[in-house]
Amino acid sequence: MKILVCMKQVPQKDAPLKLNESGQWIREDVSYEVNEPDAYALEEALRQKEKHGGEVVVITSGPARAQQVLREGLAKGADRAIHLEDNAFVGFDALNTARAFAAAIKDEKFDLVFTGLQSDDYGYAQTGVILAELLGWPHATIIMQIEKNDGGIRVKRELEAGYFQFVDMPLPAVLTIQSGINKLRYATLIGIKQAKNKPLRKVTLAEVQPSLGDNLQKVERLYIPQKTKKTETLEGPAGEIAKKLVDKLRNEARVI
Amino acid sequence: MPDTILVVVEQREGKLNRVSWETIAAGQALAKETGWTPEAAVVGSGVANFANEVAAKRVAKVYAVESPKLEPYTPDAFAAGLKQFIESKQPKIVLMPHTYQVRDFVPKLATALGRTAISDCIGYKKEGAKLLFTRQMFQGKLAADVSFNCDAPWFVTFQNGAFRGDQAEAGTNAAPVETVNVQIADGVVRNKPQEVFKEAKQAVDLTQAEIIVSVGRGIKEQKNIELAKQLAEALGGEIAASRPICDSGWLPMDRQIGSSGQTVAPKLYLALGISGAIQHIVGMKGSRTIIAVNKDSEAPIFEIADYAVVGNLFEIVPPLIEEVKKAKAGG
Repeated sequence: MKILVCMKQVPQKDAPLKLNESGQWIREDVSYEVNEPDAYALEEALRQKEKHGGEVVVITSGPARAQQVLREGLAKGADRAIHLEDNAFVGFDALNTARAFAAAIKDEKFDLVFTGLQSDDYGYAQTGVILAELLGWPHATIIMQIEKNDGGIRVKRELEAGYFQFVDMPLPAVLTIQSGINKLRYATLIGIKQAKNKPLRKVTLAEVQPSLGDNLQKVERLYIPQKTKKTETLEGPAGEIAKKLVDKLRNEARVI
Repeated sequence: MPDTILVVVEQREGKLNRVSWETIAAGQALAKETGWTPEAAVVGSGVANFANEVAAKRVAKVYAVESPKLEPYTPDAFAAGLKQFIESKQPKIVLMPHTYQVRDFVPKLATALGRTAISDCIGYKKEGAKLLFTRQMFQGKLAADVSFNCDAPWFVTFQNGAFRGDQAEAGTNAAPVETVNVQIADGVVRNKPQEVFKEAKQAVDLTQAEIIVSVGRGIKEQKNIELAKQLAEALGGEIAASRPICDSGWLPMDRQIGSSGQTVAPKLYLALGISGAIQHIVGMKGSRTIIAVNKDSEAPIFEIADYAVVGNLFEIVPPLIEEVKKAKAGG
C-alpha cells in the first residue's frame, strides 16, 4: 500500500506563547514539535507498510523550520518527503491547506492518505475530510484500527462516550487518525543517518497557487481568553499549601 | 425571503442528542441579535418524531430531512442529503453541535457547497454588521475571533457546553413540521458502517463519583500514578486521567475523562499535572470544585479552577496526603 501521511509542525505543548504585533497570530520564536495525532498517523502508516509492503510518504506545509517534522518522519522509516515550503502556508485555512496538498500530489497514486484527527494549534479537525472531498475519495474520522480486507479496508471509528463502530470502505480513502491507535516508536541512530539520503521534494507556493483561493475564514484577532471563573491561587511552601488545601476541602468544597 | 438560521439537531441510536438543545439555544440567541428567523432540521430516516419534539421549542419551522439512505449514518449520505436541502432553502447560517458525527461530515458538506465551517466555537459576537465566532486555539491557551470571508450559507459548529440546553425556549405553539425527501443516488454512499458497540463493559462509572483525583502528563512516569492513587484513597475518591495517560496504558481506558471518555461533575475534581486541553475540559468543567496543580502557570486548566497551585505536584501531593489523613482522623 502506498500511504501519504500529512504532518504538521505545531508549538510545543508547554511552550509559552506570545502574540505577534498584528495580534492575529503568535510570535514564531517558540519551540516546535510534531502535532501529536500526526505522529500516531505516521506510526500507523509504517505498521501498515511493514504488514503489506508499499511506500510511506510524509508531507507538510510551512516555512523552512517545518522540514524538521519530515526529517523525523524519514528517520522513523518513511521513504520520502514532500515539503510545501513558504511562510504563507502558516496562515492558510483548512480548505486552502487541503487544496495545496491535493495539488502537490496530483501526479501520485496513493491508496491511503492519513492525517492526525486535528492539530494542536488551530484545532480545526477539518483538513483531512476536506482533502477527501477534493480528491473525490471516501473518508472516515477518528480511527483506532485499520485492517486490510478483500474490498478495501475495515476501520474502527471512535465515537463519543466509549462507543466504537467498524466501517468497511473501498480504497483509495482518507483516514484521520486518533492518538493512541498504536505505540509510537523512536527513531534509531541508523534511521536518523539514513534519513539524510532519502528524497525530499520541495514544492513552492507558485507551483500550487493556481489551485488556491481566498481563505474563506479569517482570524480577526487572537487573545488570551478572559477568565470566567474566580480562581484563588494558593502559594507558599509545599507543606503550607497542603494545609490550605485541606482547609478548602473541609470548609469550602465540604468533602472532608 | 427573510434570512434564516438553520439549526441541524443530532439524532442517533433512536435518541435526540441532548447537546442539540444547546444548539437550539444558540440559534435562538443569535436570532434575537440579528433578527433572522430560527428554523431547525432533523436528518435521517423516519425522524418525524424527533422533528415533533424539536417543534415544541421556539423555532419558526422544523424540517424532517428524510431518505432511507440516511440510515445508518454515513458522511457521504449526510453531506449529499444536506447539500440538496441547504441549496433549496438557502439559509444565511447553519448551526450544528460539534459532535464526532458532525466533525465527520460538516467539512465535506461545506466544501461541496464551496463554503467553510468555523468549527468548535464557544460563542459569537456581533460587531456592527459583522458576526464573529469565538473559538479556542492552541489547546485553549488562546482564543480567536473568526469571521467568514465568503457568501452565505455559513457553517458554524458549537462546542459541547458553549450554550445552556435548558435555556432553549419553548414556543407558544408547536412549530409546523415539514417533511423534505432528499434524493441520494445509488453509489453515492461508499462506506458500509457496522453496528455501534461499546468496548468491554465499563468497569468504573466515574459519573457517580463524588471525588475524583485525575492525572495528566505531568505525572511523568507510570510508577508515579501510585502517588495519585494514594491521594484518591485518602480522600475516598476515584482515580481518573486525561487521554494521554490512558493511551500510554498507565491507567485503563475506562478511567479516561474527556470527550472520548466519561463526562463527570463531581463535588471535587483534583487535577494533577493536567494542562487542560479542550477535549479534557469538556469532560469535567461541570465539577463543583476544581483544584488544579500544575507547574505551568499558563496551563488552561487554571482558567476553570477554583483553586490553583502553581508548582511541582511531587512536592505538593505527599504532604497533602498526610494532611488529608490527619483531617480525616479528626485532627
